[in-house]
Amino acid sequence: MVLLTLMALITLAIVRVRNLFAVVALTGAFSFLMASVMMVLDAVDVAMTEASVGAGISTVLMLGALYLTKSREAPPRFSQVIPVVVAVGVGAVLVYGSLELPGFGLADTPVNTHVGEAYIQRVMYDADIPNVVTAVLASYRGYDTLGETAVIFTAGIGVLLLLSRGRGEDSQADGGEEGGGDAS
Amino acid sequence: MEILDQITRHYNYVITIFLMIAGVYIVVAKSNMIKTLIGLSIFQASVYLLYLSPGKIIGGTPPIIGEGYEVYSNPLPHVLILTAIVVGVATLAVGLALVVRIHEAFGSIEEDEVLRELEHE
Repeated sequence: MVLLTLMALITLAIVRVRNLFAVVALTGAFSFLMASVMMVLDAVDVAMTEASVGAGISTVLMLGALYLTKSREAPPRFSQVIPVVVAVGVGAVLVYGSLELPGFGLADTPVNTHVGEAYIQRVMYDADIPNVVTAVLASYRGYDTLGETAVIFTAGIGVLLLLSRGRGEDSQADGGEEGGGDAS
Repeated sequence: MEILDQITRHYNYVITIFLMIAGVYIVVAKSNMIKTLIGLSIFQASVYLLYLSPGKIIGGTPPIIGEGYEVYSNPLPHVLILTAIVVGVATLAVGLALVVRIHEAFGSIEEDEVLRELEHE
């Protein structure tokens, strides 16, 4: 609960601060907090991914982009009142809707009683891998992961094409960005 | 009092919704493109929370089968979010590359300045 509140505070700071370097640093802190929350929610594999990919690679990517562009945000040119009103209104409606959801941490909710339960019961018989997340990712949903790899490959090629176009041979920067895309 | 009790039981969802609308607010109200991309990743982070929160079972352990443990948290959201994180970073990389290209072409990363530049041409 403390971690979640901290995350909300950091988000407010991200909205307010106009120095983009500070915003990127705050985003890194946000990702680490997110990873801690995931640990608390028993999602250890996801927490590891978030700490390395979210806090590591995306921070590096954003710093690279800031190095190639500008690091200050211009002051707002139009009124912020209407977006704030719309955001608060939508938030209030969503909170009202979420009150009907089942409470936190219960075992007998519809989410936890069907497919996830079946995976846990069958995984040792089917795949003989104790880590259920790994088994589902690589075995039951292998094609999904293959498609994900295709997406990352496409993104890497896209970044490479975008950054090398119109700059000729002297494009050192895109090597790093493309490497980051592949590593994830 | 009952409302307060409801909110503490759904605190994860409340924070999820807060992050979600903060992300959308940044995307809508800020014209700086890098800030917009950061808003988009905050929105994505809220979706991670939305998926992972219902899968947690109090008293459960991470879903790694071992002796002596009976209750495991739901592994399926973890798998889906694992994929989503990696794809999110890939799209972020493409977005940042686009911003770099726009900065090379227009000398600005503010959306309205770029639009004004386009109208002049």
